[in-house]
Amino acid sequence: MDYKTVLTVCPYCGCGCGMYLEVMDGKVIGTLPSMNHPISEGSLCIKGWNAHEPVHSQKRLTKPFMRKDGKLTEASWDEAIDKVAGELTRIRDQYGPNSLAVLTSAKCTNEENYLLMKLTRAVLGTNNIDHCARL
Amino acid sequence: MEELKKKVKQALEEGKIHGFLGLKADEGEVSPFFVTKDNIAELEKLTAPDGRYSIGKILSHIAVRNPGKVIGVMVRGCDERAIIELTKASQLGTASITQFGVACTPQTAEKCNCPQPYPSQIDFGEKAPGVVPNELLAKVEQMSVEDRLAFWMSQFDKCIKCYGCRNICPVCYCKECTLEDQNLVPGGIVPPATPVFHFIKAMHMADRCIDCGLCEATCPMNIPLRTIYRHMRKAMQELFDYVPGKAATDKSPLGVLEEGGRLIH
Repeated sequence: MDYKTVLTVCPYCGCGCGMYLEVMDGKVIGTLPSMNHPISEGSLCIKGWNAHEPVHSQKRLTKPFMRKDGKLTEASWDEAIDKVAGELTRIRDQYGPNSLAVLTSAKCTNEENYLLMKLTRAVLGTNNIDHCARL
Repeated sequence: MEELKKKVKQALEEGKIHGFLGLKADEGEVSPFFVTKDNIAELEKLTAPDGRYSIGKILSHIAVRNPGKVIGVMVRGCDERAIIELTKASQLGTASITQFGVACTPQTAEKCNCPQPYPSQIDFGEKAPGVVPNELLAKVEQMSVEDRLAFWMSQFDKCIKCYGCRNICPVCYCKECTLEDQNLVPGGIVPPATPVFHFIKAMHMADRCIDCGLCEATCPMNIPLRTIYRHMRKAMQELFDYVPGKAATDKSPLGVLEEGGRLIH
């Protein structure tokens, strides 16, 4: 017999609507708009209203997959990260930093987007970074 | 408020209620919260703020998952009306409900345009007078049929189909919703491909709408939804002398079949 609401910000776009996730007995069961939120003033769009649905979805990917011999195969995080880092380094060294680009997302937090910006500029060495919400 | 906190705390400690659903002010926001014996200290945050939630709907989610329990709930006038309708529709399972009544302030009543801003029993606050409903309904009713249609079509054109009016509605509980039926409302088209989208809901809510106004409050496009529902309520009262949310013993005239002059519920 446990019900609580957790204040959060809608992850879908850059508007920053305030919402609560409803948690019942340890499971996320619903979304409520924050009725006196200064940004969204109690409204959400259809994406926000359904933001809880992927949380416990059976279709959710919980492990990385890599294409091996043309087939998507389950891989370990170490293997996947090594592959991505190795390929990024190879392309940068072979064709120059401007052959790479990074597209970030409004679904990331501010901090994650900041880190991606740092990775792109300081590690990859390119200014080719943009955001999916540049409409 | 201290009195009410004490009363709820006592009821929890004595086992008269197993849990309590109310509103709290926390993190600069107002939100629903649920207290049991395990987190009884949280009760300190209990408040009767301006912000409203669909308490009836949340209560029904908690109640059906906790059959046989006694659940305390803080109710305003609108919440009580919703609970009456949910009881009629057997949406609270076998849980029993203990209500702690809170009367809204005149300011809240004004903001909500509420004709009855208090529950039948008041444990906190003073009864404020009901607010005379705004004039849009009278204005719309005076329009010619063509003008009225044009008015509503211009309003429905704004709809972004967020389904917020349905999601927040305390007395909307169907597991399968007509508004999601692909044959009636084709998906992926905004505004809704069926202009009567909102009228479908209004017809379904005719004997249930308790005039809480949450649909209009949550609408991101400011469609005056409550005016439609008030029109339906008025029709129900005029045609059948029926007011949803008035008493749990009232039976909806839409659930009655007439056979040989007898009324069968």
